[in-house]
Amino acid sequence: MSDDWRPRADLSVLHLRARMLARIRAFFAAANVLEVDTPTLSVAATTDPNIASFITSFHGPEGGARYLHTSPELPMKRLLAAGSGPIYQICKVFRDGEAGRRHNPEFTLLEWYRPGWDHHALMEEVEGLVRAAVGPDRDLPGAQYLSYREAFLDAVGVDPLSADARELRAIAVGLGIEPPREMQSVDGWLDLLMTHHVEAALPPFAFLYDYPASQAALARVRREDYPVAERFELYLDGVEIANGFHELVDAREQRARFRADNAHRRTSGLPEMPVDERFLAALEAGMPPSAGVAIGIDRLLLSAIAEDDIRRVVCFPNGSA
Amino acid sequence: MASYSTSEFRGGLKVMLDGSPCAIIENEFVKPGKGQAFNRVKIRNLLTGRVLEKTFKSGESLEGADVMDTSMQYLYNDGEFWYFMHPDTFEQVTAGEAAVSDITKWLKEQDMCEVTLWNGDPIAVTPPNFVELRVTETDPGLRGDTSGGGGKPATLETGAVVRVPLFLEEGTVIRVDTRTGEYVSRVKE
Repeated sequence: MSDDWRPRADLSVLHLRARMLARIRAFFAAANVLEVDTPTLSVAATTDPNIASFITSFHGPEGGARYLHTSPELPMKRLLAAGSGPIYQICKVFRDGEAGRRHNPEFTLLEWYRPGWDHHALMEEVEGLVRAAVGPDRDLPGAQYLSYREAFLDAVGVDPLSADARELRAIAVGLGIEPPREMQSVDGWLDLLMTHHVEAALPPFAFLYDYPASQAALARVRREDYPVAERFELYLDGVEIANGFHELVDAREQRARFRADNAHRRTSGLPEMPVDERFLAALEAGMPPSAGVAIGIDRLLLSAIAEDDIRRVVCFPNGSA
Repeated sequence: MASYSTSEFRGGLKVMLDGSPCAIIENEFVKPGKGQAFNRVKIRNLLTGRVLEKTFKSGESLEGADVMDTSMQYLYNDGEFWYFMHPDTFEQVTAGEAAVSDITKWLKEQDMCEVTLWNGDPIAVTPPNFVELRVTETDPGLRGDTSGGGGKPATLETGAVVRVPLFLEEGTVIRVDTRTGEYVSRVKE
């Protein structure tokens, strides 16, 4: 008889997942951060050209197209604008096309927001949360904080804020990477170097901050010699665990970014996505300056047990669900 | 031929890359949360046997390669080509040196081999896992030593040289594992 019905994750890992979630909820209870629950289905979807939403439809009042959320970010920001104060959420999110050793099309995200904080203050809290969540199960080294620029300079000797696509391509080829045939964008080359080389060279518990402005997503941009996005990521053992922003709260700038995303989608042959007008209205009404972050719970769990395949921590991953 | 996108790449899939038929060995999806998705693919060039790692942007596609593995009987070698026959249709194919160079020492007439055909032409031949070959040359056996420890070199009828137990004599037929090149046992005739 086939064993295909069996869970792929060990039952002990499922116990650990439950303990980790309990520790996370205790952490936020102690910090007076409110747990919230925002919708999975929305009439709007992310415009990010690198993220694909699942689409379905609702037959009933206000019927029509619905998108499964890829992150609870926008409705949580509507709560912030409504004066919720600090909030967190643990939920399933859905991303089409993503499956592999580090990806599952649905995964568990922990997302939280701190009104009045910037990304540096939030990085420190993320460090504390990670220690509280997995510290009891693995020895964590001290966290190191370095800018995106420093990480690239250290690992591949190039300044990611000033290099052009040709320089980055030459470095990739010099590292023995057989790159894709057609890739024009600087960000594509930066992502290639990041995933193929820089990540593996990072310290075991590393925060990267201040990303190229072209990778701002929903972070505010600061002008220095080059503009940088006040965005950060957490890496554990070279695996991306969290992404955070000092949040953009300017409604006009936000609308322009959504438009630019959809323009990029048009030229890339990707479908344009309906923009979340209620979120933009909330920004116009006034969202407090905040920092926010999302942590992949499955990957955090993976790091707690020193495994490197997400299918070991999800009971029924893609292909068995 | 159909074309395959990166999400369809899986171990064993045969595709065309830079004009050569290749077999996918491994396909890993990598993607920064907010960035470009890639597939890091380990791929074997079926003409050269070389394995290389190649990165694709997710969603790129490659044309399939008309490559198939067929069980065929080895007939003979005329000094330049190696001839194989399909056992049901009696259709014959001719393999050049490149397709067989690594394995000629295991090719015994009448044996069934796995022949990889690309557009109908043999590009690789895999011998059976076990072949039975006669010892044509080895030092005289040491009677009484049946332990098999130590061993000595023996040349087989195809020219292959393998280590055999000390007691084996010329003329004996032995069973050899072609994957490791190791002696397995003596074959009783």
